[in-house]
Amino acid sequence: MKKTKSTVGVQGRRIVSYIVLILLSFLCLVWFYILFINATRSHAELSRGFTPLPSHYAVKNFVKMLHSTQPIARGMLNSLIVAGLSALLCTYFSTMTAYAIHAYRFRFRKFAYTFILAVMMIPTQVTALGFIRLVTRMKLINNYIPLIFPAIAAPATFFYLKQYMDSVLSLSLVEAARIDGAGEFHIFNAIVLPLMRPAVAVQAIFTFVANWNNYFIPSLILKNEKMKTLPVLIAELRGADFLKFDMGVVYMTIAFSIFPVIIVYLLLSKNIVGGIALGGVKE
Amino acid sequence: MANGGKSSKVVRYNRWGYYFLIPFTAAYVIFQLIPLIDTVTQSFFENYRSGLKQIGPNFIGLANYVKILSSGDLWQYAKNTMIIWLIGFIPQIIISLLLAAWFTDPSLRLKGQRFFKTVIYLPNLIMASAFAMLFFTLFSDNGPVNSILMQLGLISTPYKFFSHVAASRCLVGFMNFLMWFGNTTILLMAGMLGIDQSLFEAAEVDGATPNQIFFRITLPLLRPILVYVIITSLIGGLQMFDVPQILTDGTGDPARTTMTMIMWLNKHLYSKNYGMAGALSVLLFIITGVLSLIVFRLTKTDTDR
Repeated sequence: MKKTKSTVGVQGRRIVSYIVLILLSFLCLVWFYILFINATRSHAELSRGFTPLPSHYAVKNFVKMLHSTQPIARGMLNSLIVAGLSALLCTYFSTMTAYAIHAYRFRFRKFAYTFILAVMMIPTQVTALGFIRLVTRMKLINNYIPLIFPAIAAPATFFYLKQYMDSVLSLSLVEAARIDGAGEFHIFNAIVLPLMRPAVAVQAIFTFVANWNNYFIPSLILKNEKMKTLPVLIAELRGADFLKFDMGVVYMTIAFSIFPVIIVYLLLSKNIVGGIALGGVKE
Repeated sequence: MANGGKSSKVVRYNRWGYYFLIPFTAAYVIFQLIPLIDTVTQSFFENYRSGLKQIGPNFIGLANYVKILSSGDLWQYAKNTMIIWLIGFIPQIIISLLLAAWFTDPSLRLKGQRFFKTVIYLPNLIMASAFAMLFFTLFSDNGPVNSILMQLGLISTPYKFFSHVAASRCLVGFMNFLMWFGNTTILLMAGMLGIDQSLFEAAEVDGATPNQIFFRITLPLLRPILVYVIITSLIGGLQMFDVPQILTDGTGDPARTTMTMIMWLNKHLYSKNYGMAGALSVLLFIITGVLSLIVFRLTKTDTDR
């Protein structure tokens, strides 16, 4: 008797959870659906109101976007360069920092580890004033160096990689390589890095996305139109006189900045969703 | 390591610890430590532009702090930031707890978990500025949302979302909710999966209802992670910038009710009002510092356990 009652209860709870999950999924996706529809419609069609079916102006909107006053395609290339190089430097050097703490016993080891964890939460915004002044003094305004090189010191990435390293890298392996006569730098590149590949891949994706989306600092540093990254151009689009714009092109521009990330995410989602929890909480 | 020769070799290896720390240290000192020191220094100076004229820099002690703390603006923007954060965070933590409990409940055996997790995490990766731009166009006076509401006959004239205080704040809060509830769900799930399963089984055998199990077992054991989530989210909330900045074109309209503290900082940075920007940065630094310390303590005891 009790068994049937609890089965009914489970069934009921299951139905409720599916309904809530479907509603939330709808809330997450509907905006991108509308964006997709509107990016395929012409300005005239858009001003007549919303329809749930796509039109056939996607290619025209795309061509118009490429020839608009804003260098959108160039912006995408700029974003790719900045985000790609940041991800590369960030993961390589964060692995190196993690290895330094993991494999060697030196006097300031514990201090260094505690220090890096302590500064992990300091947001970039609170040092932005000094950062901008420094960049101005170094004559690096309109330069990608201040957007790329700070990625070398990334405490959160370091912490994630350190956790992973603790679980995969045994020091006897390093010891064996030393006996074979390998140099320390060579051991790092040829043994440690390949071993860390799964964690490095996850962090490379996160760093790439974070820099791809970054708006605050780039908007203060990139003043030259041809140097601007996508978020800065999007903000500019918002600041422009809206009524003069072809709305089809506006939607296409937004779609162009959002959909590449969505596509890459769907291809790699298995790694990403699995990787979030690992870095979030120290266990 | 018994003989001296080998241990000196080990010491020689260990020097590499310092070498491998050089890139991090150099990048940290140049791009974070020096700017931090400069920011703090600037907060004690009068340094701004008045029209074409440059005022300062003159050392004025704590005058910037007195000015910023006694001005109504700081409190107004702090209040805005907190209200918008709460609008997003309250539904976020409730929904995330619910979803995490469902996903980890073995008796529910939900199908399509991978799909749902992928979908709810998706908004977190979207470029916040493009997402805000999208919401601005969708919710504009003659945008698709008004068009749909009118087609459904719910309203007869377009609702001006961006002229109403509550609607504007709710939109920003709602976007924050959408962008972060998937992330929080996955963090809480990891916490729930870490709980000893035998506790649930024992409770079930004793006839506890799912609600009792959730409130009496899951929630208390989840407390460290819950506190972690709340504080990191609060730190994130204090940094709120991209969404309201783009949504309101930096104005914080209507009547500066969606202006956040970082938007204000951004305004000072653009107008080269360095003294005030410095004082504001230091205040934000102290607040996040205190909050981080709590997180730091929390994670530290976690590993010691």
